[in-house]
Amino acid sequence: MSVLRVEREKSEDGEDQYTVVESEMAPAWKADQDLAIVGKPIPRVEGDLKVTGRAQYAYDVRLSGQLYAKVLRSPHPHARITRIDTSQAEKLRGVRAVLSRASGPTVSWFEDTELFSEVVRYVGEEVAAVAADSEEVAEDALRLIEVTYEPLPFVMDPEAALKPDAPKIHKDGNIAGEPQDYERGDAGAGFQQADVVIEHRYTTQAALHNCLEPHGCTATWEGDHLTIWDSTQSIFDVRQEVAARLTMPEHRVRVIKQFMGGGFGSKQIAWKHTAIAALLSKRAGRPVQLMLDREAENLATGNRNPTRQHVKIGARKDGTLVAIEAEIVLATGAYQVGGEAAAVDGPYQTLYRCENVKTRQTAVYVNAGPAVAFRAPGYVEGAFALESAMDELARTLDMDPLALRFKNYSDVDQKEGKPYSSPDGLRRCYDAVADAFQWQAARTRGPQETGTKRRGIGLAGHDWIGGSGKPPGYAWVKLNADGSADVVAGTHDIGTGSRTGLLQVAAEELGLPFDQVALHIGDTAYGPYAPVSSGSATQATIGPAIQAAAVDAKRQLFEVAAPMLEVSPHDLELRDGAVRVKGQTGRQMAIAEVLGKIQPHMIQGQGSRGANPPDKTVHTFGAQAVEVEVDIETGEVTILRVVAAHDCGRIINPMMVESQVIGAVTQGIGFALTEERIVDQGRGMVMNANLENYFVPTVMDVPEIVNVPVDFPDPIANPTGAKGIGESPLIPTAPAIANAVYDAIGVRIYQTPLSRPQILAALAKRRTNGTSNHADVHGKVAH
Amino acid sequence: MHLVSFRLNGDERSLAVEPRRTLLDALRVDLGLTGTKKVCDMGDCGACTVLVDGRAVYSCLILTVDCEDREVTSIEGLGLADPASTNGEAALDPVQRAFIETDAYQCGFCTPGQIMSITALLSEQRAPSEDEIRRAISGNLCRCGAYQNIVRAGQRAAELFATTAATSPTGGPR
Repeated sequence: MSVLRVEREKSEDGEDQYTVVESEMAPAWKADQDLAIVGKPIPRVEGDLKVTGRAQYAYDVRLSGQLYAKVLRSPHPHARITRIDTSQAEKLRGVRAVLSRASGPTVSWFEDTELFSEVVRYVGEEVAAVAADSEEVAEDALRLIEVTYEPLPFVMDPEAALKPDAPKIHKDGNIAGEPQDYERGDAGAGFQQADVVIEHRYTTQAALHNCLEPHGCTATWEGDHLTIWDSTQSIFDVRQEVAARLTMPEHRVRVIKQFMGGGFGSKQIAWKHTAIAALLSKRAGRPVQLMLDREAENLATGNRNPTRQHVKIGARKDGTLVAIEAEIVLATGAYQVGGEAAAVDGPYQTLYRCENVKTRQTAVYVNAGPAVAFRAPGYVEGAFALESAMDELARTLDMDPLALRFKNYSDVDQKEGKPYSSPDGLRRCYDAVADAFQWQAARTRGPQETGTKRRGIGLAGHDWIGGSGKPPGYAWVKLNADGSADVVAGTHDIGTGSRTGLLQVAAEELGLPFDQVALHIGDTAYGPYAPVSSGSATQATIGPAIQAAAVDAKRQLFEVAAPMLEVSPHDLELRDGAVRVKGQTGRQMAIAEVLGKIQPHMIQGQGSRGANPPDKTVHTFGAQAVEVEVDIETGEVTILRVVAAHDCGRIINPMMVESQVIGAVTQGIGFALTEERIVDQGRGMVMNANLENYFVPTVMDVPEIVNVPVDFPDPIANPTGAKGIGESPLIPTAPAIANAVYDAIGVRIYQTPLSRPQILAALAKRRTNGTSNHADVHGKVAH
Repeated sequence: MHLVSFRLNGDERSLAVEPRRTLLDALRVDLGLTGTKKVCDMGDCGACTVLVDGRAVYSCLILTVDCEDREVTSIEGLGLADPASTNGEAALDPVQRAFIETDAYQCGFCTPGQIMSITALLSEQRAPSEDEIRRAISGNLCRCGAYQNIVRAGQRAAELFATTAATSPTGGPR
């Protein structure tokens, strides 16, 4: 259904703002509704393509005459390019196109820079590109390009970058945008009422996405029409961006993405390589494939921003929080690329009931690759610090950490002043985890000790701004004459199982068997607009749009069938592929029979995603408990078990949800223990831009991860009652592990990753200083 | 350019390659078999795992010119058309079926390599322990974190082979 109306409002700065109000959504499935297809563990519909190697990723496109491109990257963290000579490269046999500042068109890019800038601001920034008959020849050609750099002073550490005498990375200095300030109540007055204050500096590392399929694309021109197979989470954003940068109308750019080898947030924007491939292809007159190698992937296509967080929380002796304060500095890299979205301050503002909260978040430029959203951006970093501090508070007050969390439980979004659509969501997760982990029994048992091994337990909870979905989102449903249906949407399956989950919604609402519905996605040319697949939004944005389109198709079908069955359209329902008269068994017609009487006319339903509830906040929640074993001789942490419970509303497909939970926890284990981009501060170079020295978890590093399904339909959120699950289970893993490590060895680690050297150093410090390293705890509990 | 001849997925193949062409690039670029994936190109991730003479190898670490007269099996060689099929469809190999049943993947990019590693294990050890399965895929990274289900897929594949005893895993001793 199309736009219903547009509402005009004045914004704060006096500009007209238009809010689009689209179709009413479908009637909500009731929380206890008996659903036939939704809720079933249906295996992924694309399974056979993935297990046979036939699923086509951007990297797998093979076109006649296809060339292969490579990019020359800056070896300097900050430098001015004074000369480029590509003539020798151009003469190499097999080289078909070369692009650089010296020879390419001027294309504007991030902030006020260009596709190939005069000043490069990190090791790995694009300097030139070559398309050749093979990757090997393209690499040979890169070595023949002569570049003269005038090195400039650089800074790699965000706190050093804030000092007045730090080298300036951009002309206005090193603060990226405005600091983000938030305050409610009076934190200073709150701390006056505190019996206990926990205050520490927490740091989190730069983590690299390391999607197994690197960023990249294959681009080809047919006349003035450009087609791009891109490894992206957002085909429409890539189309819009490429068209704008290359000054083309959008209808001449088509972007296709059927399968993608991981994104985790890093593929949610259009990166330079896509425009470079398009320009090389135009110049060479042949298709060009430009896929980044692993080093470039780790230098130039995003990272989870490293943070420094100064955190202070105050509580009364009964555990009631009276004040929370967080001063956050994060490194956004050399550029703001438009997909950072890191709300490190988020958990401080909303996870706990507290009247007095003050946060400041400052993003800082450094001479490193740009940061970009990484699965639950900001919340992973913020929750590590806040949930570590809460554990320390519980220890100091001699309270059960779980009881402390219930004591400060919030039913409302205190930032927006609205109740949650599912105020019991987090409570259910805590209960589910406590029960499945047998938290109280494990707590009573206490830490265990065998030889050099120490075992301990820890937990953490979280909220998350993602998972709600929101408008816009569109879908079409075509009912075929044989009674089958095609669903078309411009969205993507980024590996999360969206194809299957969305099809379940379609089949359920249409009353068709699952295998009678096909879903077509991932192509800007043949589907309605869809937003980026990020923020765990796809199921909750596109699902309701598909549901609305199915309702629209059904309404039309009933109009057609009513005279055939001699009843009013309102008396009809659709079940098991047949139009039936409600309450009368036997009076029915198969869809194929109805449509057979009107063909070649057919029914096409349209649906859009309606608004979220204006008076409620839709968030997702979760909790995890872990048991670890620490070897105090080697510092090695072994995760023995993880129990996770996450509220994602109605579970559309328990198999897909469980896979998301297990996968996110696995990434959380990597973030907590081993993953860290290591930078040589003196040379400005990343030392481990590969999979040999950047340690993502292997099968040997992960224990049994138990997912406790929390099937808690949220019909207020949207009519399907489902919310997203992709990101949230990564949030509480690292603090739960850190808290378990403390339980095991009595030493708290205030930074991620909790590496072996960190743990050994902390243990050594405790041996020298006494029993605890809770050195910064102010105040005493009055007993 | 060097002319190399080897047996690929049961067929004799000859191709002319530069000496520096890896088996991975020969498969993906020269032969158009893109099921084998390129991720790190330096032997760290296992996404390019294929079978050479029945053993799992990283195809990015082996040169095409070293494959003369050898038997190479890629993901495209599993579950080949069954001549006895009554519906004319190619059947999936038990390892492939097990991956679908247990949801042992998410994005699917590491999947062909994982399947080849488990196939190599099952051709040597028909009833592997969980630890043996873990070791078999310990050189195959999965960034989506599907390991738990990949291990289950290995166990399930062993069960499927046991119940269809006549079928030998592709690439195994015949």
